[in-house]
Amino acid sequence: MTGTIGTLLLGRLVAAIATLWFVATMVFIITNLLPGDVAQALLGQSATPEAVAGLRKALGLDIPPFQRYLFWLANLVKGDAGRSLVNGMPVAELIGSRLGNSLLLAGITALVAVPLALALGIAAAVKRGSIYDRIIGMGTVLAVSVPEFLVASAAVLVFAVHLRWLPALSQLGRIETFYDGFRVFALPVLTLTFVILAQMARMTRAALVDVLSSSYVEMARLKGASPARIVVWHALPNAIGPIANAIAFSLSFLLGGVIIVETIFNYPGIAKLMVDGVATRDIPLVQVCAMLFCGAYLLLVTAADVAAILANPRLRHR
Amino acid sequence: MMDSDIKTLALLNHGEQDRLMRAIRGGASRRELLGLMSALGLSAGIGGSVIGTATTAHAQTPKKGGKIRVAGFGSSTADTLDPAKQSYSTDYCRCTMFYNGLTELDELMAPKLALAESIENEKATIWTIKLRKGVQFHDGKELTSEDVVFSLKRHHDPVFSLKRHHDPAVGTKAKALASQMKEIVATGKHEVKITLTAPNADLPVILGTFHFLIAQAGTTDFSKGIGTGPFKCKEFTPGVRSIAVRNENYWKQGGGPYVDEIEFFGIPDVGARVNALLAGDVHLVGNVNPASAKLILGGKGLKVMETKSGNYSNLIMRLDQAPGNNPDFVLGMKYLLNRDLIKRNVFQNYAEVANDSPVPPLNRYFAKDIPQRPFDPEKAKFHLNKAGALGSPLQITTSPAATGSVEMGLVLQSSANQIGMKVDLRQVPADGYWSNYWFKVPVGFGNINPRPTADILFSLFFASNAAWNESGWKNEKFDQLLVAARAETDEAKRKQMYTDMQVMIHESSGIGIPVFINGLDAHTDKLKGLRPMGTGSLMGYSFAEHVWLDA
Repeated sequence: MTGTIGTLLLGRLVAAIATLWFVATMVFIITNLLPGDVAQALLGQSATPEAVAGLRKALGLDIPPFQRYLFWLANLVKGDAGRSLVNGMPVAELIGSRLGNSLLLAGITALVAVPLALALGIAAAVKRGSIYDRIIGMGTVLAVSVPEFLVASAAVLVFAVHLRWLPALSQLGRIETFYDGFRVFALPVLTLTFVILAQMARMTRAALVDVLSSSYVEMARLKGASPARIVVWHALPNAIGPIANAIAFSLSFLLGGVIIVETIFNYPGIAKLMVDGVATRDIPLVQVCAMLFCGAYLLLVTAADVAAILANPRLRHR
Repeated sequence: MMDSDIKTLALLNHGEQDRLMRAIRGGASRRELLGLMSALGLSAGIGGSVIGTATTAHAQTPKKGGKIRVAGFGSSTADTLDPAKQSYSTDYCRCTMFYNGLTELDELMAPKLALAESIENEKATIWTIKLRKGVQFHDGKELTSEDVVFSLKRHHDPVFSLKRHHDPAVGTKAKALASQMKEIVATGKHEVKITLTAPNADLPVILGTFHFLIAQAGTTDFSKGIGTGPFKCKEFTPGVRSIAVRNENYWKQGGGPYVDEIEFFGIPDVGARVNALLAGDVHLVGNVNPASAKLILGGKGLKVMETKSGNYSNLIMRLDQAPGNNPDFVLGMKYLLNRDLIKRNVFQNYAEVANDSPVPPLNRYFAKDIPQRPFDPEKAKFHLNKAGALGSPLQITTSPAATGSVEMGLVLQSSANQIGMKVDLRQVPADGYWSNYWFKVPVGFGNINPRPTADILFSLFFASNAAWNESGWKNEKFDQLLVAARAETDEAKRKQMYTDMQVMIHESSGIGIPVFINGLDAHTDKLKGLRPMGTGSLMGYSFAEHVWLDA
């Protein structure tokens, strides 16, 4: 078993490094193809040819792109992610605190959404065909179909503007007690749960329904095992693979795909940082953000595969 | 006594104001007053036209204390506390918390002395500035002429500190204005002499603009915000927020700052910004749109502050390209601008009708006697037909980057329809608009922020050699008048010159200015001390020093 996982992890690590390099290179090429560069973006309306030329020189943008790329890559290997072209701060420092914020929001959302999705999915699978199953099916489709900006805006209008129970902005600086934390995170977590719940719940249901109709589950039932034991002991371990993958996919969205939530609640996360980076053509920042999102995705998918192997008796005992 | 004379008071310190006030009450004649003013170090050219503080009185006595949260309308990792590099409202708001200028501008964009104790000039060319003594920076260091020289000279280098590759070495935004300061030298611990390349009576105004705020000599890391301003910087994270705490040691007496702490951040999305105010999360938000202004006015305990300003979005017709190279086309298009409809529908009446001249009515050199150019489809048709523009469709480029231009384009399109002219609107994204489209397309839109003087407006956007001469308009007589007016210290003559220049722009430049756009900010009625300033919204971005909380 350790052999299987070890080989898998090693293979994944090599693939991950190659993928990250590829992503960073593509981002570099694409951002260089965008019209305008950081000098023009920074000077905005006041971009006279001399000012742009001077700024380009100061930022080192007069060096040919390929050389800049090699320079950046060499530094990255040494562990230096470079500095922002826009404000001169180290990229690592810029990303540092905001990555923490994003992880915090993603973590809390995962803590709420994953158990909820599993519970809903398992219940729907066990009682498949019932009214309850249909309500969950319809409800989750509805939830995932409503655009998140609508959910977020409606939630703000109801809970913040009209009822005044919760703040409209999610400002971490205002958290002093646990209750403050609850208030600050309530609306964004609610919105994000709406977005990611459906896929996880439906995948759980589908995978479980599949397994529940298999012959070994029927055998267990004939042997007189309790419904709970059948689900937890016999069915779930064999369904973990697709469920874990669905969860991994949904959670990877929480890091880079939450720009709308970050915008509406003014939450200082990493998605907004990357959008800033693109708008100002801050290539080093965009590259690291892209690599980060890619890395998180690879990590989650790998974690899902490992979980599937660990949970699956057939793979585990090979 | 004339209104403009009262306003001279602002430029003086308290003792001088007293002297002047006594003289005025004692019935001094205009000649005597002018004599007194020049004795006080003010040329008549400035003196006769400077606008003062005495006009506004607060109904209530301001209270000290409290923390406020303020949301500006844009914020990104490009946020800066470096005075020279400010580019957005967010930067202006923050820098006016932490720094002071030698002068500062009042409601009507006239200069008042700030860090300067007196400003004297010889023929508007050699300026001697005496600094206020005993002013301390936030770190306790005393303000000297060295700091002033440092802060002003930075603008001469197109890129500062080339040696340090990663010093956020962004070119200054004020190079065009600074290049006229030929020589800047310290002539004493508290005295600076500035020699201009040519006379400019407006120097005190220029010194009061955002980019000329005074930082400490030798500063390389501007993120600490160490200045002489009313607040000290406690926290600053670009793209996230800043926290400013009251400077107990502020040099200015008898006024603000009042609040203990200001948390300032940007919420770029206008809906989210308004919601934050409605939910009570913030005390003040900058730049709400006309639609949400109605919503806010419906809310309990909320107010909207309307600021008349010189901000305009203009139709730009390149005079060096077809179809703008035909004067009939340009004139026809100006007649085709339905100004009233644009004011009413695009800006929900939060705008003032303009007359194809960039000088707004609140400016002291506004030429009010130029007849208003009306919306006249018949005349438009006549001129456009004469220019042969009715036959083929006209492409007009609009973008959300130029405020309201997308909607103004639609209004123009429907007016053109009325006279049988086809307009193709090409809407391009805000991203990259200023570099790639702004006055590069034959017919498009621009947006110009208010500038404090007619001279700056004309020099930046209308002089033949101006870098941002949007329509490529060249007029030798205009250029000569511009230089002459800059040096003219006789107020009446100067006003006439500026009037003539406005007529020229109105008649022959390739710019159509349909309206001046009013700024709209919203706040809780617990926040007091706010008043509109001609220099921009959020009290000319300098609300921090003046607001107080009525708990």
